[in-house]
Amino acid sequence: MSAAIASELACRELVELVTDYFEDRLSLDENRRFELHVCSCTGCRVYLAQMRAVVRAAGRLAESDLSAAIRAELLDAFRAWKRT
Amino acid sequence: MVGHVEPLLSPELESGSSHEPSWPHQRADASEGLLIDALRRGDESSFSRLVDLHHTSMVRVARLYVATAAAAEEVAQEAWLGVLQGLAKFEGRCTLKAWIFAIVANCAKSRGVRDRRTIPLSSVTQEDDGGPSVDPERFLDNGHPRWPGHWSQPPEAWDEDALVSHETLEAIAAAMAQLPQMQRAVMTMRDVEGLGSDETCQVLGISEANQRVLLHRARSKVRKALESYLHEGEVSP
Repeated sequence: MSAAIASELACRELVELVTDYFEDRLSLDENRRFELHVCSCTGCRVYLAQMRAVVRAAGRLAESDLSAAIRAELLDAFRAWKRT
Repeated sequence: MVGHVEPLLSPELESGSSHEPSWPHQRADASEGLLIDALRRGDESSFSRLVDLHHTSMVRVARLYVATAAAAEEVAQEAWLGVLQGLAKFEGRCTLKAWIFAIVANCAKSRGVRDRRTIPLSSVTQEDDGGPSVDPERFLDNGHPRWPGHWSQPPEAWDEDALVSHETLEAIAAAMAQLPQMQRAVMTMRDVEGLGSDETCQVLGISEANQRVLLHRARSKVRKALESYLHEGEVSP
């Protein structure tokens, strides 16, 4: 069984399809092969989890605070804009 | 128009902000329309909220185009004027964020024309290194009798606590800074700023297919860098 799946999609190929999979860009058949492979392959399951972790962690880079000085400067610009 | 401020709107917006999800991958919601209406009337607290929501992102986007952090800050400030001037024309066909980013990109580019200091976003093909996402050494040969192309050195699960540490975030930021420019731009838009693929293509002026290739290369490289970082101390090839 696993050998048959292995012949369908190798780990080496799967790692190139991860973003297409996340983006829902695989054909129905490719998608089926992808998921079948992941079901039977621990290494690829871990790989997929790592790629998801990368996306999640990158999202946390957006958390940053604004300095009071810059906010004040922008508010001044806003008031000036209102006067025009 | 200027004196037409509705103070009642601000508390509403404030209460909305307390429910703001920390997860950045959120699309425009109904409060965005209210915010824009209030801004058009010159409501200062709405502007202040908009600054909180977008300014640091705008600097990050500007930084994709200009060479220094100081220049990026200036571009973002200039872009705010463009945002205010353009508000009357904003049609809501994309999210406010994507619209603002497009203005930032334009300001950054025109600044580059003025002082010749922007980094031109190179064409996709120029930086398309075409290498594999994972070191080929980690897979068995395609000629392997039983497991062709399967992992010989499979990845190991990452420690969840290590993943959320400040140091790990810095490692990710450092890995992204090493990416070729367009890859960094796409990953910044998609994964850091949470734009959709359509919006990312619009802001960067690339096709959906290119966008996906760039995103894949970027994420794969950052994963690889993070793997090395998290397994630091172990023998790595």
